Amino acid sequence: MNDAKTKAVQSTLPIEEIESAVIRFAGDSGDGIQLTGMQFTTTTAFAGNDLSTFPDFPAEIRAPVGTIAGVSGFQIQFSSHEVLTPGDAPDVLVAMNPAALKANIKEVNNGGLVIVNSDTFNAANLKKAGYEKNPLEDGSLSHVRVIAVELGRLTRNALEGMGLSATETERCKNFFALGMMYWLYDRPMEATLGWIAAKFKKNAKFVAANQKALHAGNAYCETAEIFGHHYRVRKAPIKPGVYRNITGNEATALGFVSASAVSGIPLWLGSYPITPASDVLHELSKHKNFEVKTFQAEDEIAAIGSAIGAAFAGHLALTTTSGPGVALKTEAVGLAVMTELPLVILNVQRGGPSTGLPTKTEQADLLQALYGRNGECPVPVLAAATPGDCFAMAYEACRIAIKYMTPVFLLTDGYLANGSEPWLIPDVSKLPRFGRSPLPPVGEFQLYKRDPETLARPWPLPGLAGYEHRIGGIEKQDITGNISYDPDNHERMVRLRAAKVNKIAQDIPPTEILGNKQGKVLLIGWGGTYGSITSAVHNLQKAGKSVSSVHLRHLNPLPPDLGDLMAGFEQVIVPELNMGQLLKVLRAKYLVPAVGLNKIKGQPFKVAEIQTAVDAALGGK
Amino acid sequence: MGDMKNEFETLPAAGPMAQSSKDFKSDQMVRWCPGCGDFAILATVQKVLPTLGIPREKFVFVSGIGCSSRFPYYMNTFGFHSIHGRAPTIATGIKCTNPEMQVWVVTGDGDGLSIGGNHLIHALRRNVDIKILLFNNRIYGLTKGQYSPTSEIGKKTKSSPMGTIDIPLNPVAVALASEASFVARAVDTDLPFLSDVLTRAARHQGSVFVEIFQNCIVFNDGAFDSMAAKEVREEKMLKLAHGQPMIFGAKKDKGIRLNGLEPEVVSFDPAKPPKDLLVHDERANSSTLAQLLAHMAEPVPEGVFRDVSRPALHELMHAQIRQAKAAAPADLQKLLNGPETWSVEAEGTL
Repeated sequence: MNDAKTKAVQSTLPIEEIESAVIRFAGDSGDGIQLTGMQFTTTTAFAGNDLSTFPDFPAEIRAPVGTIAGVSGFQIQFSSHEVLTPGDAPDVLVAMNPAALKANIKEVNNGGLVIVNSDTFNAANLKKAGYEKNPLEDGSLSHVRVIAVELGRLTRNALEGMGLSATETERCKNFFALGMMYWLYDRPMEATLGWIAAKFKKNAKFVAANQKALHAGNAYCETAEIFGHHYRVRKAPIKPGVYRNITGNEATALGFVSASAVSGIPLWLGSYPITPASDVLHELSKHKNFEVKTFQAEDEIAAIGSAIGAAFAGHLALTTTSGPGVALKTEAVGLAVMTELPLVILNVQRGGPSTGLPTKTEQADLLQALYGRNGECPVPVLAAATPGDCFAMAYEACRIAIKYMTPVFLLTDGYLANGSEPWLIPDVSKLPRFGRSPLPPVGEFQLYKRDPETLARPWPLPGLAGYEHRIGGIEKQDITGNISYDPDNHERMVRLRAAKVNKIAQDIPPTEILGNKQGKVLLIGWGGTYGSITSAVHNLQKAGKSVSSVHLRHLNPLPPDLGDLMAGFEQVIVPELNMGQLLKVLRAKYLVPAVGLNKIKGQPFKVAEIQTAVDAALGGK
Repeated sequence: MGDMKNEFETLPAAGPMAQSSKDFKSDQMVRWCPGCGDFAILATVQKVLPTLGIPREKFVFVSGIGCSSRFPYYMNTFGFHSIHGRAPTIATGIKCTNPEMQVWVVTGDGDGLSIGGNHLIHALRRNVDIKILLFNNRIYGLTKGQYSPTSEIGKKTKSSPMGTIDIPLNPVAVALASEASFVARAVDTDLPFLSDVLTRAARHQGSVFVEIFQNCIVFNDGAFDSMAAKEVREEKMLKLAHGQPMIFGAKKDKGIRLNGLEPEVVSFDPAKPPKDLLVHDERANSSTLAQLLAHMAEPVPEGVFRDVSRPALHELMHAQIRQAKAAAPADLQKLLNGPETWSVEAEGTL
């Protein structure tokens, strides 16, 4: 990076300090929007801001070019203070074509900045986007500040004579746009220049062209003075340590690998591709050097079947899927409950029912995880709160599965799975230790003779002489594990299986409460709504409102102190991206008059939505 | 073997030679209907296993749902009685994670070819080193008498009072089409032959599929009498032998030859068999000959249709793991750090 050409333009224009910003990149699926967003994210993280991102892509792989269905988006919020969500509404929208403008303009803040690629605003593209008139000319965008940039032409000019085809030149325009955004927010470009060099290392022409496009966009802002001034967002006061960016799916996969490495129990993943969970399969299949065995099965049932077999044979067994896949696995989950085998079932929730909204987020599979099986069939349920928290909860799910000899549901969602945040990398030596319990001696071994502390049965591996045993889905006799149809035994076993899952409550730490332990309103959330709820509560508390919140990561069993916590408040509100599933559970279990705050749009909560609803509940007090 | 057991039975951890069929019998009462063909198959398996030189704790029997699927409870080995149709998936997980186990799957025509058909074909094509025994009685027994995917067309059952209207599957043809590396057929009443087939099945490395004609005495008695009854068997069934011309009949006076693409029966003087009889080749690269035999209705072939060698799934999986380990040591902290990190200094230095 010593070459003078690689340095960002030394600006002579004024800089305005701002606290935070929300930017959304939007364009056709083929415009490189996700890549552009990730580059902006990396650079922003290196600049020391706190941040949160939200990619939003279409379900179709390549929807018709230029249509609303094909619009892909990437939103990032970054700030000099703590950031918990990708932001409600963009301050800046970068729209690569008319469809991207149309799909996103409604959400841009009044007075916000809209940068459009005006080259694409021709009759054909306007028609595909459903515009009757050109919105750049008909005055319909008067509430925002529009900056029309001929991205295509400017990129072509910049790259002229480099020997690129028209298509290759066209593909560099996202870096021109990124260069502009780096100028606007006074960001260094080294990280992206380095990334380009590594990405295209086999083709020097592409390295030069993409780097040049990035510089050209940056220089264009300075020389054309299109923004007048630029912004600076100072470093955020972040907990010291070594950080990386991580998505929820990556964090989940790393949590599983870590649990295996620390416990010394090798990992087996049986999985079938499904959006938005497939990235966990992809990630785990890369880590064979950690003895991770991944098996892409013929269907969802075979995926969990193989995992149950692996668990029987002594592995740390996983199956990863989304709601429709869980529906298919249901009978096998019951088998794992009956045979009391350790197994983690990951559900990266998406919009339902049926195929629903595969690429959108929702929290509507909680009751499925809690109750969606035949018979009395208790399964512990955990949920991650943030992308980084997916690591901790994946790890915890494995620990509980092994310690209590039980299948465990881990719920994340599309928002957490694809969203990213800076992650304080854990120190491996400080991860909680766990492993297999020692076996009783051969003479004393009985398959369903339980550990009184955990009610877990022993886990003798096939191949061990003297521990030959048969298990299966038919009801077991207590202690011996032989088949039994005895009525009293059945009731005893049903109650024992429930008691075992309830025992897990002894491992749940005291619930953290954000705010006072007494007050007017307590918000209770779970899963990926953590950021929105917490941001709203911060704002409400700053405004002097009597609001506190707790965020549940253990949903079965629930934290033992939850009932007492709720008693300290006049009203309990449960925000969820469903029709009120946790709400039902809380009302049934604690007989509290809690109320729901529900959204079912396939989109996360906006902070303002929660804030407004809580304000209304407080009656303006 | 039976004579040797008394010398060794006081030594629990003794070598494999110490084992007898008794060592493979569990303490659970066998609950099949009196006269069920399953008894003979169970006894044959318990007789074959001690001859393999493998201690009993290295065996696991996996089953799904159905009469045949009770099998694991009667074996004093490791066992898993799972859910309907899914035994091959569970067996796959066991074999890949614990390759020292010899894994057997016991299934039936409903469990293996109806609800579990998808798992069966994929386990076979992947060459999972498991031995699948499909007890074919052409009926649903445990649910008390509905037609199965191998019931002959027109069969009247509780769920088809006017006769079935769907074409049955041919289990051996399905297994061959799925690229199983060992495919065989035997009958529950010819125990020495069944014993030979099971011994070869046990020794094969890779996906094994054995169809066993099994009589359901309650709901489909005599389903195979027309070909497998003692008095007609030699005329109606053909015992396959690798490298041998296909000759059958009590007097060895009939054989099979090809007429175009169709096999046909020829009769001859046993002293002068024709030179153009088909010669069995179970090791052929292509499964064409085996498929041809699988579809032959009279005589019905039994024995080994196909026995070819190719790497088993667990071998390939473990080879990739060894390769990955050699290429990059497992450094967990490095993995967590990922490709790009940055440091945040203590507050106050910002």
